[in-house]
Amino acid sequence: MDLAKIKAFDSRDGALVLAHILFAFFALFLGGIAGLLQSVVRGGMYTLPGGIGYYQLLTAHGVLMALVFTTYFIIGFLYSGVSASMGGKLLPVVRRFGWTGYVFMTVGGLIVLIMILLNKASVLYTFYAPMKASPYFYTGLALVVIGSWISGWGIFKQYWYWKKTHHGKLSPLFGFMAVVTMLLWQVATIGVAVEVVVQLIPWSFGWTEKINVLLSRTLFWYFGHPLVYFWLLPAYICWYVIIPNIIGGKIYSDALARMSFLLLFLFSIPVGFHHQLMEPGISSFWKYVQVVLTFMVVIPSLMTAFSLFATFELNGRSKGTTGLFGWLKVLPWKDVRFFAPFMGMLVFIPAGAGGIINASNQMNVVVHNTLWVTGHFHLTVATSVALTFFGITYWLIPVVTNRVLTPRMNRLGIIQTILWCVGMFFMSGAMHLVGLLGAPRRTAYTTYGDTPEAVSWMPYQAVMAIGGMILFIGVLLMVYNVAALLRSQKGVTAYPLGESMEPEEATPRYLERWGLWIGLSVMLILFAYSIPVMQMLGPMVPESPGYVTW
Amino acid sequence: MHIHRLEKIWLGFGLVMLFVFLAVLGVAAFAMGIQPPSPHHQMIDPTKVKETPPFDQPGIRQVADKEYEAVMTAYAFGYAPAAMEVPVGSTVHFTVTSSDVVHGFEIPGTNVNMMIEPGEVSQVSHKFTKPGEYLILCNEYCGIGHEMMATKLIVK
Repeated sequence: MDLAKIKAFDSRDGALVLAHILFAFFALFLGGIAGLLQSVVRGGMYTLPGGIGYYQLLTAHGVLMALVFTTYFIIGFLYSGVSASMGGKLLPVVRRFGWTGYVFMTVGGLIVLIMILLNKASVLYTFYAPMKASPYFYTGLALVVIGSWISGWGIFKQYWYWKKTHHGKLSPLFGFMAVVTMLLWQVATIGVAVEVVVQLIPWSFGWTEKINVLLSRTLFWYFGHPLVYFWLLPAYICWYVIIPNIIGGKIYSDALARMSFLLLFLFSIPVGFHHQLMEPGISSFWKYVQVVLTFMVVIPSLMTAFSLFATFELNGRSKGTTGLFGWLKVLPWKDVRFFAPFMGMLVFIPAGAGGIINASNQMNVVVHNTLWVTGHFHLTVATSVALTFFGITYWLIPVVTNRVLTPRMNRLGIIQTILWCVGMFFMSGAMHLVGLLGAPRRTAYTTYGDTPEAVSWMPYQAVMAIGGMILFIGVLLMVYNVAALLRSQKGVTAYPLGESMEPEEATPRYLERWGLWIGLSVMLILFAYSIPVMQMLGPMVPESPGYVTW
Repeated sequence: MHIHRLEKIWLGFGLVMLFVFLAVLGVAAFAMGIQPPSPHHQMIDPTKVKETPPFDQPGIRQVADKEYEAVMTAYAFGYAPAAMEVPVGSTVHFTVTSSDVVHGFEIPGTNVNMMIEPGEVSQVSHKFTKPGEYLILCNEYCGIGHEMMATKLIVK
């Protein structure tokens, strides 16, 4: 590669990206400490000192890992790709959107964290009513969400500007996928925003006395399911757009990649009931309807799996490999920028299968609120998504800081990836098994008075603790790797954007008719939610006062 | 948009699998009555649980031969009534509500697992074919005493 031709990443855009990535890893570090403590407490190996509650730690762990680490990393990564693929430099106004969003999110996030540490919000990251946290906790959450909207608007603006100045041309794939991701976020967060601003904030300040509990939970899960696709889509962007470049191949089908993202957008939102299958007040009919819609979201994931294997195999054949599995030989296994995301892809097979099990209507009764569910999402977000994000970090930090990934850093990255997989195998594996035996999630150490069932769970919980300890070492190593990358050897690293195998003409333009796709999404949401939500409203529906039970 | 023949086969295979899964779930739910808990929507004022029948008298009562109704209230951090006993081979219809926050209601080793929400009444039925002491625990975080919230159903 001609080094003179590699364009250095814009330094002002780089500062914005780096601020997001570093805050994300700061959250991962704090969240990892909480997770370690939780695992050794449940494993019966450690008693928390007075002054720290298990449920405080659990709230912090969920907020830091599932809201802060993810959202900051995603926004930083998306801004980096939007800059690199759509103009090479963000518009000044777009950078302002980015920084404004960052400030709102960070101020809100710090308020949330302080309330959790003061034990005024030990309500877990799902903050279910009628447990009533401090009004400042909910206000902080609202600021985080508003900040993320502002960040999203920056990405929309850059995309709109690129389309205007490249009239008639197909948008770059990264830019398109970033827009779908933030559009999904915008539509999904409407639910939690209504819950927090209309219901929880007035109620927690005392301006209203009671709250409609079922409605608040429904609004949350309207948001809570697409939240996991907000995490997944950026990982898919890496798999679709970045990995082909890293392996020296090409993107298999630009059109189908865009179609898969639009299908994910459509079918990830009108499906919240599959998190509420065990609840009263929602009819079996509407639970089943949303289960059907949930299963439809498997299609774009199957499309993604096909695209990836096609990319790998065609890459192999273009390099002369033959046979059914020859392409495996030419994949860069020793390159952490490939290896970490690849492990994420591999783990997504059991992770996704577990998701289908969880959504299986009445069969959910076997696993609801057990540690099986915890095992599931430690595979999906904490392995598939997290390892992909870690893999991205090994080139993203060098790109935005004008450094290179050295062989030593690459080796440390491979070690970190393997540690993570081993730790997760033990922890998530044990969680799945003990969950099938009925062990509840979100519960501190207990044997329920030495009942035989609960005592039988303890060996699994001990294995969970061992897995947790290995994972914590993995967190420490990742944090070290991030710090080391910031001081790595100077140089220029190109932004690894993949190129499509097909000409631009092969992608149908209706894939960018945003009005069409937003319209379809609205119709699906109205279909799936209107009637059951109307059955939750009305003057005769009893509401509940607040409780502080911790 | 060009879709490769192999991809059409792959996606077709996936769609068929989904269709089969959904058919199994749908037939079981709507033709065989194996549904998620609480199919009937019944509301209650959560601030008046102790005065509202049948929750003004929580307890287990026989309603037919080998059939019992267990009327229970969940609260932070326990269940009323505190202890229950039924003969083996009985079907128990659990009718449960909460007088404060959201709780869970899970009997490990069975398919009894449902959410108990203030303002709503939850129902599930189970036939206890094996004798023993069944743990009933709360699996939805409800506060500082959550890990101690449990009771027992003795099947003799």
